[in-house]
Amino acid sequence: MEMQKLYLLVPMAPLVGAMIAGLFCRVIPRWVAHTATIAGVAIAFVVSVLIFMDVQAGHTFNGTVYTWLTSGDYRFEVGFLIDTLTTTMMLVVTFVSLMVHIYTIGYMQEDPGYNRFFSYISLFTFSMLMLVMSNNFMQLFFGWEAVGLVSYLLIGFWYTRPTAIFANMKAFLVNRVGDFGFILGIGLVLTHFGTLDYATVFAKAPELADTTINLFAGRDWATVSLMTVTCICLFIGAMGKSAQVPLHVWLPDSMEGPTPISALIHAATMVTAGIFMVSRMSPLFELSTAALSFVIVIGAITALFMGFLGIIQNDIKRVVAYSTLSQLGYMTVALGASAYSVAIFHLMTHAFFKALLFLAAGSVIIGMHHDQDIRNMGGLRKYMPITWITSLIGSLALIGTPFLSGFYSKDSIIEAVALSHIPGAGFAYFCVLAGVFVTAFYSFRMYFLVFHGEERFGKADDAHHHEHEGDHDDEEVAHDHHHGLAPGQKPHETPWVVWLPLVLLAIPSVAIGFIAIGPMVFGDYFKGVIFIDHAAHPAMQHLAEHFHGASAMGVHALTTLPFFLALAGVVLSWFFYMKRPDIPAAIQRRFSAIHTLFENKYYFDKFNEAIFAGGARLLGKSLWRGGDVAVIDGLMVNGSAKLVGWISSVTRLFQTGYVYHYAFTMIIGIFVLMTLWINRA
Amino acid sequence: MFDNFVVPNLLPAAPEMFLAVMALAILMIDLTVKDSRRTVTFALTQLTLIGCAAIQFATSTGEITYTFSNMFVDDLMADLLKLFLYMTVLMVLFYSRGYIIDREPMNKGEYYVLALFATLGMMVMISANHFVTIYIGLELLSLSLYAMVAMNRDSVVSSEAAMKYFVLGALASGLLLYGMSMIYGATGTLEITAIAERLYSGGVNKTVLVFGLVFLVGGLAFKLGVVPFHMWIPDVYHGAPTSVTLFISTAPKLAAFAIVMRLLVNGLITMAADWQSMLIILSVLSMAIGNLAAIAQTNLKRMLAYSAISHMGFMLLGIVTGVVGGDARYALNAYSSAMFYVIAYVLMSAGTFGMMLLMARAGFEAEEINDYKGLNKRSPWFAGIMLMLMFSMAGVPFFIGFFAKFSVLQAVVAAGYMWLAIVAVLFSLIGAFYYLRLVKVMYFDQPEDESPLTAPMDVRILISANGLAVALLGIFPQVIMSLCAYALLRSL
Repeated sequence: MEMQKLYLLVPMAPLVGAMIAGLFCRVIPRWVAHTATIAGVAIAFVVSVLIFMDVQAGHTFNGTVYTWLTSGDYRFEVGFLIDTLTTTMMLVVTFVSLMVHIYTIGYMQEDPGYNRFFSYISLFTFSMLMLVMSNNFMQLFFGWEAVGLVSYLLIGFWYTRPTAIFANMKAFLVNRVGDFGFILGIGLVLTHFGTLDYATVFAKAPELADTTINLFAGRDWATVSLMTVTCICLFIGAMGKSAQVPLHVWLPDSMEGPTPISALIHAATMVTAGIFMVSRMSPLFELSTAALSFVIVIGAITALFMGFLGIIQNDIKRVVAYSTLSQLGYMTVALGASAYSVAIFHLMTHAFFKALLFLAAGSVIIGMHHDQDIRNMGGLRKYMPITWITSLIGSLALIGTPFLSGFYSKDSIIEAVALSHIPGAGFAYFCVLAGVFVTAFYSFRMYFLVFHGEERFGKADDAHHHEHEGDHDDEEVAHDHHHGLAPGQKPHETPWVVWLPLVLLAIPSVAIGFIAIGPMVFGDYFKGVIFIDHAAHPAMQHLAEHFHGASAMGVHALTTLPFFLALAGVVLSWFFYMKRPDIPAAIQRRFSAIHTLFENKYYFDKFNEAIFAGGARLLGKSLWRGGDVAVIDGLMVNGSAKLVGWISSVTRLFQTGYVYHYAFTMIIGIFVLMTLWINRA
Repeated sequence: MFDNFVVPNLLPAAPEMFLAVMALAILMIDLTVKDSRRTVTFALTQLTLIGCAAIQFATSTGEITYTFSNMFVDDLMADLLKLFLYMTVLMVLFYSRGYIIDREPMNKGEYYVLALFATLGMMVMISANHFVTIYIGLELLSLSLYAMVAMNRDSVVSSEAAMKYFVLGALASGLLLYGMSMIYGATGTLEITAIAERLYSGGVNKTVLVFGLVFLVGGLAFKLGVVPFHMWIPDVYHGAPTSVTLFISTAPKLAAFAIVMRLLVNGLITMAADWQSMLIILSVLSMAIGNLAAIAQTNLKRMLAYSAISHMGFMLLGIVTGVVGGDARYALNAYSSAMFYVIAYVLMSAGTFGMMLLMARAGFEAEEINDYKGLNKRSPWFAGIMLMLMFSMAGVPFFIGFFAKFSVLQAVVAAGYMWLAIVAVLFSLIGAFYYLRLVKVMYFDQPEDESPLTAPMDVRILISANGLAVALLGIFPQVIMSLCAYALLRSL
């Protein structure tokens, strides 16, 4: 009973904070807004730790808190499922959120929307917690949409910038596509299982494993396995939220939002909701090898091809954004290989080091007075020592340096894929291996360009001529957030509220992998939470046989291929960008076709704009002309409105105002009823 | 001499007795009040209502208790409805106070005392288990209301409305009494539970019974204000001072629901097939005429009068779907959906008329739709509250009005009347037009009068709470829904 109140406190504390900062944002001073929201998130974090310890002691929970609505036999409830998967997510979400809250005090210092921003990020924390703590699909969907909403609001936080509006609209529309698949999946679950409660659905899943459904009534060729369709629909939802090809296009543009939310929402938490969801649904996904194959192929494409794009980006945040896409691809590949625990493990380590990298990028941006172009940086190491060392740690963790957190999770993924036998695993193995090299190359290209080499900032024409890697024409609209350093001005280290979160995030980025890999991936941590059909998908079992402790794994890695690929990536980037900067330019000239392809991001945006956006506009226009104006407006709306208006004016005449007319109507009423019923009796 | 006299159990009727005593006391205390704002009278009236609620809480046992030789019943349904009644009257008087202070002929202590007597009448109706008790309660309510409508005696419109109300009300009382006498003739008793037993054991003349039933339904339909017994509603709503319209449009709906439950469900459930089909006819007619006629109105009070007719028609759908072919499986769901609907409607109606009172000043009634032009520019907060109320009335999700309609429709579909559900939805759709028109006027038209609204703090807070309740209960409808279901479960 006592614990149940604590469970409720976790999402409610940030919600209260968000309400204080949001509803009174015009009247309260700034310190109230940040104190209230930080207190809310801090409470959530502390309570999450308590719950984590309680769950470790064996007290899991699955129950309803409130019945929202009953419709026929269906019940829509708010409930919590508290197990190790939930507590892991709760800890990651509340910890990163707390760091970002503190960081925001420094980052948003000069922004007029200070209170509004705090309200949004606290609201986001609430939504994300509702999503991960849910014990049913409805609440999952609520959290899913709520985080989407806050993400939309935050991408468009600087709503006077046309690029921000374009980006948030794009994120919104692309997520619609994913959510459409997601709700179809939920609908299939409700129809065939008759409930939205996880536990009941999972218990019933094996019975329905061989059920087939017909996509087009009466056609034999359209008969497919129910599980496959359901899982693919659910996964399409995950593709939208977790930005997998081809629904990834919104994530790079989402960098229009302020940097703290890029760290919180678009790197550490929200975008990993899809990964979390698929892991949660492991009892369903395990029943469909076809769906898992689909998952692994999509993940592999995302992991490698999005990594390539990171190489040619010049905006510091966009480099990190493409790196996030690629890492999300890695997690998805792990899901496809049935290595759910590895995916969650990588989700966790990634949350720490990617939030670190984003916040460090933000710190650089502050130091550079909101110039984000890495071509204008260089040699920042001596001006921003704390940012430099934390960035280095983050980058090393990202590329998988042995003993750092990213190494354990990423190597586990690669091993799991190597051992997986499902269709597509061979392709995925190639992609994740090549991805290691690419990751190391673009990470250190950015690192060297920003922190080492020649100081390129403070040159008169560079500071104001800011060339942005955009895909739309109005990119160059003047805005206060793009000014950069004046000639002769030097960057400076950021205040403590900014660098403290960097240091705090650097600690788990280094250590969490070493500590957690044993219990989380190979131990009993996820026992009873994540379900794997070992007979059909034995990869995890084989992987566990090869595991002999975290230190042994680290030492062994020094002789394996991924390590050398990463090392090669680092060395090559050093050679290209520090030693011989003329080579990349030469390559670019030589292979201009590929460069153009990358520059245009494989033409996804152009394709979407031409086919989907253009097609939708064409369809809309013809429906508007033909359907709306002619049939609906002309005939139905105006026609029926005229009819209703006419009847209404006639009805009005009955109300004559004479009391004997009224009495007469009553008598007639009695008379008619009497005649009808006396004859019956 | 008093050998046969047994002192009845007075406890179930304690709130009624307290209210009666207090009403008489306030009548006398008011004579000594010199203050032109009548603060003492007002405060005492409100305290009386709060006292009633407290007594209700203290004496409620949750069991069905009969007293006064089975003429009076106290059960959980009565308790719940009475608590909502006190709350409604309390709210209504708060909203009305400023309005009646501005209008000299109405600013009398009698206004409050009449409101209390009307409340007493409604309480008696809610707890009646006997035809005579119902009639006494009904008359006490009606006579108080006639006087309240006429209270602004310098106004020709008000006097006309009171006259019409009185004449037609007398006719309706006649219908009801005639129906009761017929049923008495057929069954030989006036006690509602006894009638149910007689009918159950059979051997009752069906023709006489149906004869009585038609008249009974006619009388009830008049109280509910459903077509074709609705003609008084637009004229009385329009003619009465707005504060009285507010009163008539809220609390008596609760009492009317109660007597429908007592007479038809408790008493004549064996004849459900007959009265259900009668009420279906009345219900469809009400939704049609109420919604269609409302569109043509330019006066907000008249528009809301027709809206009330359509809402009551909709509410009846919950009552007509209780018994399907002799099967009462869904009865609890159906009746509790109707009860939820009435409570939701009372809440919305109170807010809407409350807003009219808030806008009215001395010499200005704020009863034309055009008076609301550009309200958003004058006072965005109040415009927002009004918007929520209108959305809720129209049944936009997720306001309480949506869930009220939703639960009734669910009962209709469960009972297998698909066509009825479709008809109800279609007319609600037509009805959405006139609610949304007011929203359009508030937000998109230019105001004629730019001055911001002013209102005392207590009314501001109350109306904000009222509006927010409509929104919040839409998010947590289960709170009231489960209360209704539980109360009916323990009372039927």
